[in-house]
Amino acid sequence: MAALQTQISPASDAFRANAERMRALVADIADKAATIERGGSEEARERHVSRGKLLPRERLAQLLDTGSPFLEIGQFAAWSMYGDEISSAGIIAGIGRVEGTEVMVIVNDATVKGGTYYPLTVKKHLRAQEIALQNNLPCVYLVDSGGANLPNQDEVFPDRDHFGRIFYNQANMSAAGIPQIACVMGSCTAGGAYVPAMSDETIMVRNQATIFLGGPPLVKAATGEDVSAEELGGADVHTRLSGVADHYALDDEHALAIVRRIVKNLNRNKTVSLALQKSIPPLHDPHELYGIVPTDLRQPYDVREVIARIIDGSELDEFKQNYGVTLVTGFAHLNGMPVGIIANNGVLFSESALKGAHFIELCCQRKIPLVFLQNITGFMVGRKYEAGGIAKDGAKLVMAVATARVPKLTVIIGGSFGAGNYGMCGRAYSPRFLWMWPNARISVMGGEQAATVLAVVKREGIERKGGEWSAEEEAKFKKPILMKYEHEGHPLYSSARLWDDGIIDPAKTREVLALSLSAALNAEIEETRFGVFRM
Amino acid sequence: MFAKILIANRGEIACRVIRTARKLGVRTVAVYSDADAHAMHVELADEAMHIGASPAGESYLRGDKIIAVARATGAEAIHPGYGFLSENPDFVDQVVASRLIFIGPSAASIRAMGLKDAAKHLMEKAGVPVVPGYHGEAQEIVLLASKAREIGYPVLIKARAGGGGKGMRRVEHPDDFSEALSGARREAKAAFGDDHVLVEKYIEKPRHIECQVFGDNFGNAVHLFERDCSAQRRHQKVIEEAPAPGMTPELREAMTEAAVKAAKAIAYSGAGTIEFIVDASQGLQADRFWFMEMNTRLQVEHPVTEMVTGIDLVEWQLRVAAGERLPKTQNEIELSGHAFEARIYAEDAARGFLPATGTLHHLKFPKAAPEGATMRIETGVRAGDAISPCYDPMIAKLVVHGKDRQAALDALGAALSQTEIAGSTVNTAFLAALAADADFAAGDIDTGLIGRHQQALTAVPPPSREIIATAALAASGADHLPPSEDPWSSLAGYAHFHPMARRTRLRHDEEEIVARVLVGPDRRFEVTLDEPADAAQSREPDAALDPDVFLGEPLVPPVLRPPMTDWEWGTPASPQSPLAPSFTGRRFRQGDEGQRPRTARWPGHVTVFEGAIGYIFAVPDPLVRADEAAAAFDSLRAPMPGLVKLVRVATGDVVTKGQPLLVLEAMKMEHTISATHDGVIAEIAAEGAQVTDGTVLVRFAEEAHTAMPVSAG
Repeated sequence: MAALQTQISPASDAFRANAERMRALVADIADKAATIERGGSEEARERHVSRGKLLPRERLAQLLDTGSPFLEIGQFAAWSMYGDEISSAGIIAGIGRVEGTEVMVIVNDATVKGGTYYPLTVKKHLRAQEIALQNNLPCVYLVDSGGANLPNQDEVFPDRDHFGRIFYNQANMSAAGIPQIACVMGSCTAGGAYVPAMSDETIMVRNQATIFLGGPPLVKAATGEDVSAEELGGADVHTRLSGVADHYALDDEHALAIVRRIVKNLNRNKTVSLALQKSIPPLHDPHELYGIVPTDLRQPYDVREVIARIIDGSELDEFKQNYGVTLVTGFAHLNGMPVGIIANNGVLFSESALKGAHFIELCCQRKIPLVFLQNITGFMVGRKYEAGGIAKDGAKLVMAVATARVPKLTVIIGGSFGAGNYGMCGRAYSPRFLWMWPNARISVMGGEQAATVLAVVKREGIERKGGEWSAEEEAKFKKPILMKYEHEGHPLYSSARLWDDGIIDPAKTREVLALSLSAALNAEIEETRFGVFRM
Repeated sequence: MFAKILIANRGEIACRVIRTARKLGVRTVAVYSDADAHAMHVELADEAMHIGASPAGESYLRGDKIIAVARATGAEAIHPGYGFLSENPDFVDQVVASRLIFIGPSAASIRAMGLKDAAKHLMEKAGVPVVPGYHGEAQEIVLLASKAREIGYPVLIKARAGGGGKGMRRVEHPDDFSEALSGARREAKAAFGDDHVLVEKYIEKPRHIECQVFGDNFGNAVHLFERDCSAQRRHQKVIEEAPAPGMTPELREAMTEAAVKAAKAIAYSGAGTIEFIVDASQGLQADRFWFMEMNTRLQVEHPVTEMVTGIDLVEWQLRVAAGERLPKTQNEIELSGHAFEARIYAEDAARGFLPATGTLHHLKFPKAAPEGATMRIETGVRAGDAISPCYDPMIAKLVVHGKDRQAALDALGAALSQTEIAGSTVNTAFLAALAADADFAAGDIDTGLIGRHQQALTAVPPPSREIIATAALAASGADHLPPSEDPWSSLAGYAHFHPMARRTRLRHDEEEIVARVLVGPDRRFEVTLDEPADAAQSREPDAALDPDVFLGEPLVPPVLRPPMTDWEWGTPASPQSPLAPSFTGRRFRQGDEGQRPRTARWPGHVTVFEGAIGYIFAVPDPLVRADEAAAAFDSLRAPMPGLVKLVRVATGDVVTKGQPLLVLEAMKMEHTISATHDGVIAEIAAEGAQVTDGTVLVRFAEEAHTAMPVSAG
């Protein structure tokens, strides 16, 4: 197998300019991440710590094995969405290792609005559970939450994918043999009480944790009974009298040690059915990705330069190298694990779509996980292509992507526009994980195209009425549209809404994919049954 | 030569004897107790047989069983080692009666030297100088005073029943004699009810110098020069050496001549040692040494003699016992260079040399002596073996030889600082401090040296921040993550942007230590020490923690990494760019692995080695920690292994803080265990119970805290 050769020239002006820009983008995201990782306001954190509690990320670190990777999801959730900064939507979620087992950890951040559930908190909690379900990962909930955020109740309570779904998921995951462990380290009121109650095993921290359907004020109002929170639903009551919880912990550290012991006793074994190889690093330095990716999304470059900086030894066994060349497909290894790579190298034509569908069939047949590197403006348009049945060929690709049952991982490395998003396993196609580079953009079409389409329609309308539309007026019309698309297509806008699982440093793409894939391998790879391909 | 011998001993000496036997083609039979079923001597011997329970009285002291084993296995002779049955003439009689050979002197020789007073008379008659003194019945003051004059001032008046310095007076001048005598008598009467005294020569600067002798069954006897064993604490030898520093040709001649005379006087056969007390107040002089006693066996410290003479004393023992003549004549025996032996013990020097037990989870001796020196490690234990409270807690003897005293001393210091023992408290730091002591290094020693310098010799400086950080690192496991191909192992420390630090708790002595260990990309790590736990309670979460030690390589966010290829990143961003918000402070590069202090991890602990000091850190298991915290207040544990000698209270008794509850006897010392608080006794150990380190001796009733009034005192 020949390693991919690189054509880049790190000394070139273009490379340096690209690198500088990407570095700035990554630094900006890293700075924002640092802000988010602090959690709530300084005052709230101080109050939290003064009660003898560990901060949420300290709890997380204490739960995970020393040196465990943490594959955080939805870090930028709710970024700039609710006026006040609701860091990570008030809940930290991600995959980490506990006693050698990969688990999904969901941590309420009580320093952020008391850990209450905003709409995006619910969405993130559900997304974390979805990942756990799809990848067969035990769930650990570190509970410290005031429950649903009351001012936003209409967006968190009633619908299918709202608060109640959390417990529905817990029940069904438990039924599927996916352990559900709750560690109550703070309040856990009303509906929230079902998180521990629906768990397989539950821990409570004395003098901190409380579980009750109605708190002391409600009890007072309802029955006139005067009772303290600890007496009503503290660790002692629930581990000794009610049986709502199973383990009594003295403090956070003790509680987390108990969680670790529970996970140790789960009797789980990760069996990977893939033919693994020894992992070798890429031949080319991943940091060079900074200089490879052009500043302008429309500027073409060979996606093999990216692939060469992600896969083992930069070795790609290409499939149909000379056919449908705007889509690169091939077999490679990622940290020793076999993968099928599908990467855009230009606009999708019928041939590229057919090639992609064929390649997905191969991977599903052989149970090889798929990695999509998405940088797509869409399918080719025009009379010739429509007549050539591009819609039908595009549909074949979408059919293959949608029904493939091997683990699918998607990274948006550039543009993600229109139907290209579907064919390249966008969010709607349920990739196990979807990550985004800081330079990426996502929208129904590019801002320029959208503004132009709208301007054409507008011009037609004006001219039909005999009016005139100057070039300046058109530019003025287009500007807010461009700005809107630019704003809404930004990775932070996407990540804030959980259209993706997170923004990552391009230089760490290999690590992120390797961890994602290895986590996904906790679930057995299913047989794929494709639907009817339109021929 | 024998075809097969039995070794009636255990530990390093049994192993030592087996090695020489093997060299001579002699097969060996080991015996062992329950505790030693998997001991090194059992493994080394050609055959091994079980002889009883762990207490020596039921195994290694059971001569009948040992003789039975010798007969059953066809061993022709029995080597007793030292201690146990080695100086028991009745055993020698039994051995001989069983038509076996005892590798050692005759029962008659042992008996002759066994009774100290009789031995002194015998030696006096043979012309060997003994400590002048009056031990007679008559107690008239005039007689005692004249005896004192005869002995020569200064003299020491001692109570016959004495002990602990009571009824003891040093008298410098005849004028002070009668007053000192009446004082001593008064004290003796009060303390022991007996005012009978003895008068002895007072030796101002006593040194313990002993002479190795060897005799055979043909009437030959030789000496193998002297050893100095003055470095003692509570009559326990610590570091021995040969030859004695400052030895003069005159004294050596007089002493060795006296020693050979002594051996010949009792027709001694085999290895023996004549111990002398030497007055070194005016240097070593040929007329200032006196016989004290003879050890009719191989000594613990025999290797130093072997090192300076090149003679295998065990080989000589076997040859002589087998009926051969002494392999060398006196003038064929030469003294070359200088040797030291340091006895490594499981004991806590800082706590009055309390014996320690434990499992030697980590045991590493230096591979070789420094250039120009040679080294021997005599040990009977391997990593993983336990130090049993049933036997002597010696772990090893570190023996070095150099061309002169300084070279040997340097080698000793180097070897001690390269010795790593974890799992028990050991005395290596004390030994190294002694080796480095200015007086000791100058050869200016006497038996009081250790006592005078004990404070300095046993003081261990508190661990540096670097040592603590190293302990935290080892405790966290961040420096030895298991290798694995799974990305979840191999990509240790991965985070999208900022890795999280994990808290590690440690305890050193009574101090709680909190460290944060951060594992970053490429398994690099960083350790930050929090301020002491009590200060941490009130700390602001984001305030600078004022940590001043970091370990490991600095973790630079990837975007700030230096260029890896020939292109540049552009202008570097601020070096203060956040790593993790709650971690601020200086960071420094620790350098390569080799410069990091060595560590050993063992259950619940980490030991960090710095020179000969092994700093022990407890790593509390949070699951156990909680139980311990609750239990600590309600129970009293044995501080060391021992025997419950006396129980003063019973279950249900109400006790007050400070009230003595029971007496624990350990290593011949009595320790009173008193109530730490007021309470009701729920449980108490039984009288006569054998307990190990940490055994609960007393448990208080739970309601004690609320039901009992809090002591006003």
